[in-house]
Amino acid sequence: MAYIGVPEGVPGIRSLVMFRPESGQHLYALAQALLRGDSPLTPAERELIATHVSARNNCMFCRDSHAAVARELFDDSRAVVDCVINNVPSPALSPKLKALLKIAGKVQVSGKEVKQEDIDEARRWGATDRDLHDTVLIAATFSMFNRYVDGLGSLTPTDPEAYAEMGIRLAIKGYVLPQPIKN
Amino acid sequence: MAFITLPEGLPGIRGPMAFRPETAKHLNELAEVLLRSDNSLTRGERELIATYVSSLNDCFFCQNAHGGLAQHYLQCDMAYIDQVKADFYSTNLSPKLKALLAIAGSVQAGGKHVTGEQIETARNLGATDLEIHDTVLIAAAFCMFNRYVDGLGTWAPQDRNIYVERAKWRADEGYVNFDLYR
Repeated sequence: MAYIGVPEGVPGIRSLVMFRPESGQHLYALAQALLRGDSPLTPAERELIATHVSARNNCMFCRDSHAAVARELFDDSRAVVDCVINNVPSPALSPKLKALLKIAGKVQVSGKEVKQEDIDEARRWGATDRDLHDTVLIAATFSMFNRYVDGLGSLTPTDPEAYAEMGIRLAIKGYVLPQPIKN
Repeated sequence: MAFITLPEGLPGIRGPMAFRPETAKHLNELAEVLLRSDNSLTRGERELIATYVSSLNDCFFCQNAHGGLAQHYLQCDMAYIDQVKADFYSTNLSPKLKALLAIAGSVQAGGKHVTGEQIETARNLGATDLEIHDTVLIAAAFCMFNRYVDGLGTWAPQDRNIYVERAKWRADEGYVNFDLYR
């Protein structure tokens, strides 16, 4: 049960933005710009950063929904998603993406955890200013989404199938503000 | 020196916003809705929640930029803002706002730190669903803004009075359609 009167049966952040579309519209627009808009990082790589941060914040709804999208987008190399969640090495993970995930993990703890040596390491493998900017902002944004979803006690489905469906929808349609339920 | 090449001379979040206007637009629109649009929580109260969370996250730029705004709206002095940051229970803030600040503090630690008991306390003191929602989202949003500002190693003026002096101006211009370079 969510702490406030959100629409019943609607999971996670969807229920919250339906409760408050005035702020919700900007949250969805931000997610769409960050995760699907122009970037040197692929949507799959960006969803992986979102999954990594959500897993570290122990936010099951965000972790499992973004993991599901990342699996759809990585397609044949989808095994990398569970490797990142479980913190085990994966041959599909480039040294550059590994360095960026490390930075995202530090942002999850605190912005101040990011050090020049972390930036230097990512640059050594070819990370550009835009790669670094987008990584930091995605990690910061999920530090917000995760707190929003759990801080209001929103509904977290436990059926893996529910997330698989979300993954397919989000991979195809991206982030579209859910419309209010009509009675 | 920031970790990436940002337009020069812009303090705090203004550098990354000028670097990437496509995302800045949505960040600013979110701030405008949360901190300035019509609400039963005053602008001063909402800026105070932002200031408190930024202080817990030790983000110098955000806690002073928003602390300056809170000071402007609440017509108090810097010592009062500092007292709120250090121990808001010892201030003369309303019991309802204290209960909301406690929720904001839990959100800063992690979403799962918020308890049903904290929500009940706030509700018993008159907090509405919308006020609880906005408190949680303001606190969560500043966990984002603070990380964006510090995670890119941005520069910030160290004289705290500068933020207070600029607050009236910032209050007038709002969070959208302002000149980043002014």
